[in-house]
Amino acid sequence: MMTTAPPTSMAISARGVEKAYVTGDTKVTALRGANLEVKPGEIVMLVGPSGCGKTSLISILAGLLARDGGDLEVFGQDPQALSNEARTTWRREHIGFVFQQFNLIPTLTIAENVAIPLVLHGVSRRDACERAVLALAEVGLEGRQASRPNLLSGGQQQRVAIARALVNEPKLLVCDEPTSALDGQTGQRIMEIVARVGRYGDRAGVVVTHDERIFHLADRIVHMDDGRIDRIGPPPRRNHHD
Amino acid sequence: MPIFALKMLFGDSARFYGMLLGLAFSTLLISQQASIFVGLMTRTFGFVTDTPQPDLWIADPLQRFLDDNKPLRSTAVQRVRSSPGVDWAVPLYKGLLTVALADGKRQMAQVIGVDDATLIGGPGVMLEGSLSDLRKPDAIIVDVRATEREFRMQNPPDGGPPRGLRVGDTLEMNDRRAEVVGICKATQTFQSQPVIYTTYNRAVEFAPRERRMVTMVLVGVGDSADRAEIAAGITERTGLAAYTGPEFAAKTVGYWMAETGIPINFGTAIVLGFFVGVAVAGQMFYNFVLDNLKSFGAMKAMGASRRTLFGMVVLQAATVAVLGFGIGIGATSAFGISLPEGRLAFRMIWQIPVGAAISVIVICSASAALGLWRVMRLDPADVFKGE
Repeated sequence: MMTTAPPTSMAISARGVEKAYVTGDTKVTALRGANLEVKPGEIVMLVGPSGCGKTSLISILAGLLARDGGDLEVFGQDPQALSNEARTTWRREHIGFVFQQFNLIPTLTIAENVAIPLVLHGVSRRDACERAVLALAEVGLEGRQASRPNLLSGGQQQRVAIARALVNEPKLLVCDEPTSALDGQTGQRIMEIVARVGRYGDRAGVVVTHDERIFHLADRIVHMDDGRIDRIGPPPRRNHHD
Repeated sequence: MPIFALKMLFGDSARFYGMLLGLAFSTLLISQQASIFVGLMTRTFGFVTDTPQPDLWIADPLQRFLDDNKPLRSTAVQRVRSSPGVDWAVPLYKGLLTVALADGKRQMAQVIGVDDATLIGGPGVMLEGSLSDLRKPDAIIVDVRATEREFRMQNPPDGGPPRGLRVGDTLEMNDRRAEVVGICKATQTFQSQPVIYTTYNRAVEFAPRERRMVTMVLVGVGDSADRAEIAAGITERTGLAAYTGPEFAAKTVGYWMAETGIPINFGTAIVLGFFVGVAVAGQMFYNFVLDNLKSFGAMKAMGASRRTLFGMVVLQAATVAVLGFGIGIGATSAFGISLPEGRLAFRMIWQIPVGAAISVIVICSASAALGLWRVMRLDPADVFKGE
């Protein structure tokens, strides 16, 4: 059931992406021709002030939101060209999500939370949970598979969320403010994990963040302002006192 | 995802048990009140169901229900017998008489006088003695329920401790001696008076003398006869009303439904039960879905199809509905079983659990539909919006 994408040199190729939200007579433009290219194995951080269009852009990249204009290919596939059902399947197979608020289901064990993408993919619950345990080990949570999310610290919950995002071996990892609910040190550790697993194979990662302390973990920093990509540059060199 | 859906439901234990309690209480209220209502209505025509022999019941056309006695002329029996299609016709006396116990206690009782020759109209279930014992002098048969309640003697004539009425004891009605020759089991009357069976001629002696003493005429027709046609013939020939047993029962229930506040009282309780379900369980389930909206949104973003999410919510609603209904109907059944026989009218006919189940399905479907409406409209991109 995996959809095969045509070979491409770019993980993400977005050109002139536009998006506006209309509420009654009010039209708010979120993206004004955003251009972005991300290579396989690359971690890109989207930074910028609130309301600059970061969330709209990652939502469009992940196939969650329809754009109004421009071109987009994610590993050779324009998600908007797919039907709703096919886009859902495409997302399930190719995109891993890490949310700001973790979005773990409190009544499931962490292994079951991690297993959700696999179960959605048709894997049996038992097999999915076995693979989830391996994914949890990858993010340093071995032996905790039977715990409930509420018994874990914020950092541990975010690691569960990362394991859940990776268990299906997605091509693109989309992270929305993954460290904003965590203290600095924990956030740093979480981002080190994201940076490690997000570059695995030809996987690419797009991370929305305001947290300057983790910029050095990116391959490139994409600055956005007022719906446009303002500039793209290398990450700052790490301060050894950090 | 079904197991995950159920774990989401069971894991929110406070709300889950709240929903179960709400639905169980709603089911209990609906089914228990409906069962008592049906039980009461059944008592209004209990004598008809206890008397299976007649094919037709002949009564005064102005008689509104079974106990609304409007006696007929004694010639009514002969006139009915002479109607085409009638195999047999016998008189029946039915009236409230004062009974004096041996210890001096007085009690009103429903006295039924059945045909002396055939004993048609007699009790269907004999616990002691036999129906034919009614042919003995002064014989009466008493309903078992009354022997230990209304007819219990504090000072029995034999000088022993207080005891119930037994075979061999004597009573008086209208200064005439009556001897208990049998104990029967009769359906309790609506007004819960003791029931006494005797022969028609003896009942007429027990009753204060009136010009008209035949309460009803019981009629038998051939097995293959058209009862409606024969009933119409009797009405045409005699001017009396003729009903089959079910018709007479329906007429009686119709009277109580239309002319008393009983259906409104029970109906109000049943409607309240439904709204308790809506207010407690329905709202709780909707809130449960709303509280899990972020989880559903995250699943939607991760690639859960609309069908998957639909199935999860429907499974959760169905689980709550089945368990809540099961507990509620079980509690109603336990209530009915635990009641001492005859203490409270309670009759759970199959339509009651079906009706309660439909109510629960409506409550759960409506709340699930509202929840689903929110889940289906959920924009997966919303999961990127923080708290």
